[in-house]
Amino acid sequence: MEKFTTLSSTAIPLPIEHIDTDQIIPARFLKATDKNGFGDNVFRDWRFHKDGSSNTNFVLNNSNYSGSILIAGTNFGCGSSREHAAWALAGYGFKVIVSSFFADIFKGNALNNGILPIQISEEYLQLLLKEVTEKPDTVLQIDLEKQTIGIQGSGSSVTFEIDAYKKLCLLNGYDDIDYLVSKMDKIQAYEMANS
Amino acid sequence: MGKTLFDKVWDAHVVDTINNGPSMLYIDKHLIHEVTSPQAFSELEKRNIPIARPDKIVATADHNTPTIDQHLPVKDVLSRNQLKQLTANCKKHGITLYGLGHKYNGIVHVMAPELGITQPGMTMVCGDSHTSTHGAFGTIAFGIGTSQVAQVFASQCLLLSKPKKLRVNVNGKLKGGVLPKDVILYIISKLGTNAGTGYFCEYAGTVFEEMSMEGRMTVCNMSIEMGARGGMIAPDQTTFDYIKGREFAPKGEDFDKKVAYWKTLKTDEDAIFDKEYHFDAEDIAPMITYGTNPGMGLKITESIPNSKDASFEKSLTYMGFEKGETLLGKPINYVFIGSCTNSRIEDFRVVADYVKGKQKAANVNAWLVPGSQQVVKQIKDEGLIDIFESAGFRLRQPGCSACLAMNDDKIPEGEYCVSTSNRNFEGRQGQGARTILASPLIAASVAITGKITDITKELQSLELV
Ligand code: SF4
Repeated sequence: MEKFTTLSSTAIPLPIEHIDTDQIIPARFLKATDKNGFGDNVFRDWRFHKDGSSNTNFVLNNSNYSGSILIAGTNFGCGSSREHAAWALAGYGFKVIVSSFFADIFKGNALNNGILPIQISEEYLQLLLKEVTEKPDTVLQIDLEKQTIGIQGSGSSVTFEIDAYKKLCLLNGYDDIDYLVSKMDKIQAYEMANS
Repeated sequence: MGKTLFDKVWDAHVVDTINNGPSMLYIDKHLIHEVTSPQAFSELEKRNIPIARPDKIVATADHNTPTIDQHLPVKDVLSRNQLKQLTANCKKHGITLYGLGHKYNGIVHVMAPELGITQPGMTMVCGDSHTSTHGAFGTIAFGIGTSQVAQVFASQCLLLSKPKKLRVNVNGKLKGGVLPKDVILYIISKLGTNAGTGYFCEYAGTVFEEMSMEGRMTVCNMSIEMGARGGMIAPDQTTFDYIKGREFAPKGEDFDKKVAYWKTLKTDEDAIFDKEYHFDAEDIAPMITYGTNPGMGLKITESIPNSKDASFEKSLTYMGFEKGETLLGKPINYVFIGSCTNSRIEDFRVVADYVKGKQKAANVNAWLVPGSQQVVKQIKDEGLIDIFESAGFRLRQPGCSACLAMNDDKIPEGEYCVSTSNRNFEGRQGQGARTILASPLIAASVAITGKITDITKELQSLELV
């Protein structure tokens, strides 16, 4: 996994609530057996009409907005546990998702794929959405070590929560498998004691 | 302080805890299927790590399988490839697979309980969010992502922070025609789709105590639709009776020993929950959904509420409904009876009871998709198949089918489908398809009348489960 320390980027506003993983990546794209190529189909049915033409009303098709940060409405990533949603977002180039609330499984999947889900208050979310929507060249600054997110040049920033262990993983670019495998002796001892 | 059912099972599975961090939780059973496992197998191969406990894994093919002509090669190349990979991976690693055509094949959350694989006090995971279904047995069961599938492959453990605890109590007597599906749709409509996020939920009260195991599975199945990672119901005599004698259930003395342990898994009187809700069974009525998340539900006789919220309006536009209108009388051309929420034998009994002697409406395409080969067998053995056929219905072969429309079972754009599944998201049953969630009984009535019908009056005179 890639390390994550700081990020400065413009952001894409998607002020829709309860975005479920079926919208992030529809089920018909889940037939692949590797992790590549999902980015092409992220938000597929919002980005494209049924005949394959672009939906120009959708923010990802609006060239005013770009960047590796997605700002979305509350309860982002609810629904299916498909990790393909995280692969699709990462594949498209997102490194950070900002929302006022994340669904559990999605949050874990994002972290396991080097995407940082940043949960902030509904008020600050609305402020960021407004700022970024009105001024698409607004740059957001994220510092994982300090756990802060803010608007560049404005002096405004807030802190966010992240599990200490997960933070360490992201900062160092290692993951749960590495950790678990290093503990096999403990696991085997548990198995012996409980068989 | 006393312990909850969840605490008792969780504590028994903690291998180790990282200082100020997550716990290593041991996993007793790992269920896998073709869609969320291939990348996990490759991940292990890439890192050159063996599968720790292949004997604790059971695989089935369900998400991406056709529901007709299962004896023929799967037409779709990508689907066929995914199934082939599952077979190859299972063979290579010595994992039990109930593939297409196997007598135990079925939707993962239907197959495992009916074979006695699911047992109280276990920890179970699967790369599928509706793994919460197994909580009906007093099991900690939850859905995981593919990276976590790889973690369990590698170590039989997961790193997890202990969730908070929530209890939903429903007491009283349910009215006639109110099914477990209505109970859970009602709860979600009251609490919303994220009330449970960060929590594990226990369902308690007389309504669940009196419910059958299959009903309990329907309820726990949809825990994730209110955001909870899982739902649980304390095991009791109903649970033990259900498990006894099943293929992989403990036998003889072993069984008695287990039961003695399972009986200790109840939440202690003085245990404290982080959040608790109480509902009255009498207030629950047959439910339907009108929007694009499972929390947008109402009693079948109620009208769509008014709200100025942008997401709410977007949702109604997608569904083609107006604020304030009733859904009664809406013509419906598609009915789907299936999915891990409602595809067990009791569901088909309810449907058969209702359609017996009636005729399917001419405008309706009804898909009856049993949850497993075992359910198919029961439908045939009990003669329900004859009732369905004389009423104009055809039975399909088991699988997830139109629940997520990965195979050919898709609802056409713009069409409404009254569905016994668990998700009414945009496009869930096919691009542009509009899903209305309901119980098998409501779905059956729609299949007969061709429209959404208030059957509550008719029901009061009927004896239904
Ligand atoms: S029936 Fe639907 S919800 Fe259940 S496991 Fe299959 S796809 Fe998932």
